[in-house]
Amino acid sequence: MDWTDTAIVLQARPHGETSAVLDLFTREHGRHHGLVRGGRSRKIRPTLQTGNLVSVEWRARLSEQLGYFVVELDRPYAARALDDRLALSGIGTLAGHAALLAERDPHPNLFDLARLMLDHLDEETLWPQLLVRFELLLLAELGFGLDLERCAATGAREGLTYVSPKSGSAVSAEAGAPYKDKLMPLPPFLRSASAVATDPQEVAEGFALTGFFLERHVFEPRGLPMPPARQELLRLMRRAG
Amino acid sequence: MSRKAAGPEIENLIALLARMPGLGPRSARRAALHLIKKREQLMQPLARALAEAAEKILVCPECGNLDTASPCTICQDSRRDGGMICVVEEVGDLWALERAGVLNTRYHVLGGTLSPLDGIGPEDLSIGKLLDRARATGVTEVLLALNATVEGQTTAHYLSAELESAGVTVSRLAHGVPVGGELDYLDEGTLAAAVKSRRPV
Repeated sequence: MDWTDTAIVLQARPHGETSAVLDLFTREHGRHHGLVRGGRSRKIRPTLQTGNLVSVEWRARLSEQLGYFVVELDRPYAARALDDRLALSGIGTLAGHAALLAERDPHPNLFDLARLMLDHLDEETLWPQLLVRFELLLLAELGFGLDLERCAATGAREGLTYVSPKSGSAVSAEAGAPYKDKLMPLPPFLRSASAVATDPQEVAEGFALTGFFLERHVFEPRGLPMPPARQELLRLMRRAG
Repeated sequence: MSRKAAGPEIENLIALLARMPGLGPRSARRAALHLIKKREQLMQPLARALAEAAEKILVCPECGNLDTASPCTICQDSRRDGGMICVVEEVGDLWALERAGVLNTRYHVLGGTLSPLDGIGPEDLSIGKLLDRARATGVTEVLLALNATVEGQTTAHYLSAELESAGVTVSRLAHGVPVGGELDYLDEGTLAAAVKSRRPV
């Protein structure tokens, strides 16, 4: 058995004195583990940093075995983010979320969005929005997608302003007016796939929305806390105003 | 079925040696054989040294260093600059900096780095003690000598935020081209960090 793929490094754990067990988020093969021989060497350690984009070859005698990875660095996203506290917390959040995925279950769209976010790590106003979209897609891929296309009450596609915390569906301004205290705001940039947020408050509302549903559907049922990196990210964003 | 070539005492010695870093079963056999051959010159002094070390080595309550004195020799050394604390991940890092002889300061051993995926949080590291030390009179700078890894730098950013209230200067080691390093042979990550950390000459 063998395949090649492109992947994002989630974590490398030491194995023995010289090797490492690598946890990758690959594009075509989903989250995948494998052994990297010499993975603790000075030469390969910089490549195995969380958030880096790598080309990987996996080999095993049987498909159910752990197998071996041969890894080559494509984009050193981690090194570029080392000085940037916000970007590091973004990488940490992304890795924490990707680690929720079932092993060997491909999610190419999620991978592409993660890569897009990492590609824009030096654009502080853009990548947090992409992370919100990543979290929305993660919810959908895990089976808890939100319906932000039409109003849950009237079916209208225009004037969507709220999200119902009960159903995870959008609600129009008109239908939601009597219940507005119980509804969550739907940030304008999430009303369309191509919209871009211009106000940091919109992004904060996006994180509040995805955070609420992630906690309820994903983290709480698994008995896990929300990733500390995400809490740090929100704290830094609040501080930056 | 494997046959045993030696008694349980020798087998036990080999098994214990094989658990040392850098030694496998074969090299442990060679080391055991060497010790047995040099019983008086090496094995007995080594056994005494091990017993003495096991009995006397302590973790310094101030900085987390390993020593037989408490506080450790470094913390007791009045010739060291008490105005700076150099924060390291493990005792091995402290030893590396001492070997280099580039700092004449006191240290603080964190005992690891933050790693959410491994469940290592701030409460698992010696951060409270560091904050107490940084707030003490006379401390003006905290140097974060942590590894240039995602975990190391995440910890450094966390510590710099925590140290804000202590009113000290927080610095970190530079990232980039090592001495004697040729650009042609450097990995892309190191080059990216070096370019990002460039400075005027």
